[in-house]
Amino acid sequence: MLEIKNLHVELEEEGKQILKGVDLTVEAGKVHAIMGPNGSGKSTLSYVLSGRDGYRVTDGSASLLGEDILEMEPEARAAAGLFLAFQYPVEIPGVGNMTFLRTALNAQRKLRGEDEVSAADFLKLVREKAKTLKIDAEMLKRPVNVGFSGGEKKRNEILQMAMLEPKMCILDETDSGLDVDAMKLVSDGVNALRDAGRGFLVITHYQRLLDHIKPDVVHIMSDGRIIKTGGPELALEVEKNGYADLLAEAV
Amino acid sequence: MALAQARIDLTETRIAAYDLPEGATWANEARHTALTRLRAMGLPTARDEYWKYTNPAELTAPTAPEAALFDMGTDRAVFTDIDRLKIVFVDGVFDPDQSDDLSLEGLEIARLSAVMKTDIHWAMELYGHLETHGQDPVARPLAALNTGFATDGVVIRATGKVSKPVSLIYLHQSETSDAVLHHVIRVEEGAEMTLLEQGPAAARFNSVTEVDLAPTARFHHIRAQGRDHARRAVTHSFVRVAEAAHYKSFTLTCNGVLIRNEHVIDIVGDNAVAHVAGAALGDGKRVEFHHDDTVFVTHRGEDCESRQVFKKVLRNGAFGVFQGKILVTPGAQKTDGYQISQALLLDEDSTFLAKPELEIYADDVKCSHGSTTGAIDEEALFYLRSRGVDHSTATDLLVLAFLAEAIDEIQDEMLRADILAQLDLWLARRRD
Ligand SMILES: Nc1ncnc2c1ncn2[C@@H]1O[C@H](COP(=O)(O)OP(=O)(O)OP(=O)(O)O)[C@@H](O)[C@H]1O
Ligand SMILES: [Mg+2]
Repeated sequence: MLEIKNLHVELEEEGKQILKGVDLTVEAGKVHAIMGPNGSGKSTLSYVLSGRDGYRVTDGSASLLGEDILEMEPEARAAAGLFLAFQYPVEIPGVGNMTFLRTALNAQRKLRGEDEVSAADFLKLVREKAKTLKIDAEMLKRPVNVGFSGGEKKRNEILQMAMLEPKMCILDETDSGLDVDAMKLVSDGVNALRDAGRGFLVITHYQRLLDHIKPDVVHIMSDGRIIKTGGPELALEVEKNGYADLLAEAV
Repeated sequence: MALAQARIDLTETRIAAYDLPEGATWANEARHTALTRLRAMGLPTARDEYWKYTNPAELTAPTAPEAALFDMGTDRAVFTDIDRLKIVFVDGVFDPDQSDDLSLEGLEIARLSAVMKTDIHWAMELYGHLETHGQDPVARPLAALNTGFATDGVVIRATGKVSKPVSLIYLHQSETSDAVLHHVIRVEEGAEMTLLEQGPAAARFNSVTEVDLAPTARFHHIRAQGRDHARRAVTHSFVRVAEAAHYKSFTLTCNGVLIRNEHVIDIVGDNAVAHVAGAALGDGKRVEFHHDDTVFVTHRGEDCESRQVFKKVLRNGAFGVFQGKILVTPGAQKTDGYQISQALLLDEDSTFLAKPELEIYADDVKCSHGSTTGAIDEEALFYLRSRGVDHSTATDLLVLAFLAEAIDEIQDEMLRADILAQLDLWLARRRD
C-alpha cells in the first residue's frame, strides 16, 4: 500500500535535515503505529507524504499503490487515496464545514473520473457519519474548525476521513486532546474503516489509543529514522520504560 | 483662496465641453448654482489630498478616453431571474423600448429629464441639495459637475412597501460615450424599497444618487458595476438618514481601469442605521485595475449604528484604495460605528492603500476601525488541497471566504445568491 524507502528530507529554507533515511512499508489491511520522542520527525514524515511545501526530498522514495507520490500535487495524492488527519487541524474562517466536505468529496470524485454526489445524497451521508461521531448539526454549519475545541477538531478530522474513504490513512496524534469518551468514538470511527483494502499509519505518544485501535506493527522513530520495529508489545514497553533503553540500544 | 490658473483652465475646459440643457426655472437655477460651486472648488487634480491615491485626470479630461466593449459571452447577467421593474439606459440615455412602464404600486417614478421641465415638483427640494450639503467638509467637485450637466436619471418617491426592486440597467454600447446620470430618491415614512443597479453605463460614467430617507424609511441598494475592463467611472451617493430609518448599500465591482465610488452619509435622526459595503475584484493582467472606495459617514443623531465593510481581491498589479471616515458630532451619543477595509493580495505586484479615519466629538460612543492587507493563508490552502481540492478551486474558496463579511451585508437571500453567482463567473474565467 504505502512504501517508503530510504527517505531523506530537509527543510527547504534552513537546509536542516529532519528525515535521515526512513524505511517503512504499510500493507493493505494493516495498522502500523509510529511512536517516538518529540521532534523526532513523525509529523514531518506525514507532511512530506501529503505534499506540504517547505521540504526538500534529498534521497529515497515514497509510493502509494505502486505509484510514486513525491512528485504529485497534494490534491492528486488525496485523489489517489492518501489522507492525513492533521496533528493541528487548520481553521478556515468563512468556509462552511459542509461546503468544505462537499467540495472535497466531489473534487476527489472528479479527479478519479466519477460523478459528483447529489446534494441530497451528500446530506444523508454527512448526517449519518456525523451522528456516529457525535458531531451535531450546528457544528457542521460552522466554518471549518473555527471555534471548535481541540477534541472537536480531531473528531472533525475523522469525519472527513469517514466521508472521503481514503485507502491510506495517516493519523497524526489524533488522540491528543481527546477525552476518554471521545477517544472511544474516534477509535470506533477508525475501526469501522478497517478493512482488507485499507492501510493505517497511526502516530501517537500513548498506548491508550492503541488499546482501542490494535496495531499490527509498531515502529519507533528517533532523530529522523525508524530505529526499531516490532509487534504491539513494543508500545507497551515504551509506555512502561520510556525511550531511554531503546535509544541506547540503537546507537 | 484663489484657485491656481491650471485648475481654472481644467475646470473651464471641462465645463465648455458640455451643453447646459434648458429646463424649468428651478432646474436652470440648480444647474447654474452647481456650476458656481464647481468653479469655486475647481476640478480635482492628483495633487489634492483627497485624490492622493487615485489620479482623477481621466475623470476630469474634456472627453472620455475610449473604452473597448466587454463580451460577456454566455455568462448570465446579474439579477436576470429577479422579479423587478426594469429601467434601461444605453450609454447614459433612457431607453423606453427596453424599459418597463414606469409604474409600480407604492412608487412614483419619473425621468429626470421630464421632471426638470416641470415648474413644480417635489424633487426640486432635493436635486443638488444633498450634493451641496455633502460638499462640506470635503469638496466633491465631480458631483457638482454632475448636478450641473446631468440630463437623465430617475426620480423616485416611495410611499409604501414596494413589492419588487427598481432595477436600473446601464448598457454600454459606444466606445466613446460619456454619461452623466443623476437620480433623486425619497423614501417616505414607513416606506421601503430596493434599488438595483447594474452595468458599466458608458466609456466614462459620472453618476450621482441623492437619497433622502424619512423617519423609519428603509432603503436597500445592491449594485453590480459590470465587468467592462476599459471603462472609467466616478459615482457619488449622498444619503440623508432620518430617525429610525435604515440605509443599506452593497456594491460589487469586477474589473475597471478606474473606478471611484464615493458614499457620503449623513445620519441626522436618532436610532438610525446606515451600512455600506463593497466587494471589488481586479486582475491587472491585460488591462489595468484601479478601484477606490471613499466613504464619509457623519453621525448627528443619538443611538445610531453605521458599518463600513469593504473588501478587495487584487492580482497582477491591481490597485485598491479605501478612504473611510466616521465623524461623530458632539450630540451623537451612543454612536456605534464600525469600519473595516481589507485587501487580499493574490501576488506581490498588487497594492492596497487605506486611509481609515475616526473623528469623534462625543464621549459616549463605540467606534472601531481596522484595515488589513494579506495574502492567501498557505496553511488553509494546503489543508484544502490535502483533501483533494485543486489549487485554483481552493484559492477561489478562500477568496469567497474573505469576501463573506461584505457579501453578508446583502440581506435578501436571492440577491445575495445572485451576487455570489456573479462572483463565481468572474472567478471561473480565471481558473487554470
Ligand atoms: N518548518 C520548520 N521550521 C523549523 N524547524 C522545523 C520545521 N518543521 C519541523 N521542524 C523541526 O523538525 C523536527 C521534527 O519535527 P516534527 O514536527 O516532525 O516532530 P514530531 O516527531 O512530530 O514531534 P511531536 O511528537 O512533538 O509532534 C523538530 O526538531 C522541529 O523543530
Ligand atoms: Mg508531531
